[in-house]
Amino acid sequence: MKTPIQIRLNGEDVAAFADGGANLLDVLRESIGDLSVKGGCWQGTCGTCTVLIDGAPRLSCVTLAESCAGKSIETVAGLRRGPDLHPLQNAFMERFAAQCGYCTPGMLMAAKALLDRNPNPTRENVVEAIAGNICRCTGYEPIIEAVLDAARGDSRRRA
Amino acid sequence: MTITVKTFARLADAAAALASERGARFMAGGTLVMRAVNEADPAIETIVRSTDPSFLNVAVSSGRVELGGGVTMAAILAERELAFLHPVARVVGSPALREAATVGGNLFATRGDFATALLALDATVMLAGGFGQRELQLDEFISRREHGASLVLAVAFKRPPAEALRFAKVTRVHPKGMSVLSIAAQLPLASGRVTGARIAYAGMAPTPLRAKAAERALEGRALDAAGIAPALAVAADGTSPADDAIASAWWRREILPIHLRRLLLGANYA
Repeated sequence: MKTPIQIRLNGEDVAAFADGGANLLDVLRESIGDLSVKGGCWQGTCGTCTVLIDGAPRLSCVTLAESCAGKSIETVAGLRRGPDLHPLQNAFMERFAAQCGYCTPGMLMAAKALLDRNPNPTRENVVEAIAGNICRCTGYEPIIEAVLDAARGDSRRRA
Repeated sequence: MTITVKTFARLADAAAALASERGARFMAGGTLVMRAVNEADPAIETIVRSTDPSFLNVAVSSGRVELGGGVTMAAILAERELAFLHPVARVVGSPALREAATVGGNLFATRGDFATALLALDATVMLAGGFGQRELQLDEFISRREHGASLVLAVAFKRPPAEALRFAKVTRVHPKGMSVLSIAAQLPLASGRVTGARIAYAGMAPTPLRAKAAERALEGRALDAAGIAPALAVAADGTSPADDAIASAWWRREILPIHLRRLLLGANYA
């Protein structure tokens, strides 16, 4: 049985039908068509499916879609504003913080959750914030530096 | 198989549904149940939820702490009165996981770091099910826990003195890695001697468990190298660790007394 749910996705009201027991990740990708959020493990382990629900980072693969009705959800597709990339996206480009790119949506959203709550994080804060996001390419250092750059306002490049 | 999701405004109604329906599983944060659903676990036919605000209650007084089963690790970290639990809540998963992982759910987790701390705190569990409501000692609950059998309404325990709860999580990957093992200890002292110690492990058996032999061996002893030696000698008594991808059973038994020694002597694992 499908259940209708309404959410606010990246600032816009959207409605979808969710299968019983469907996770938010699958509903975002398959019902709503937001392919910016990626699935890796479907076990809440790899972090690539991280989205913000009412401002808090959540693992969309282990979040029941029905439980999100009426909530505000942010995915990486909503970071960009018009022609301007988000400072985190600029910093990731400048620091070469993405290689295969598969972890990047989750990394960006975990980092955004951190900066939204703590605009001046320490390196330790950044490491902790992305501790649940697995990257098998960059070795994490460029990612950490990119988040610190974005917090300092050091990323200047525009798309 | 299609799964039915039933959401109830009252926990009592959720407990009744859980008790009356075959294949029903209660879901709080979803970090355990949704994994099983994603893997198409045929045992889950119905997901039961509740939006009852009492499920999120945090009640802290000078003498007692009560945590609703739906209280998340993030909520515990946001509560200053629960600072003694922060070193435990902080090592449960990642920031995103801690926004969903609940006190009640942790009682069903294989490693259950938070449940291990609750064992050391001598917590009781308030349950609801087909039998109505009842209260059980946590170690009794864990020893016979069954998914779907009952709903964890809340846990309660006596508030420990400042710095009385000690906790160590041993991992190979920092800052977030699966635990090789975890140790929680509450070590009340009278005239410099341990009286009524409670020590619990995770990762040393299929569920978190009390280290009763070590507790007995600490009774009346000082927390110094000589005083804790008998407890270290029996540290692994009653345990049955597994060989898994994180560590071998042999390795777990080898390092257990080393970390217990550090914890008892006051090493800072935070």
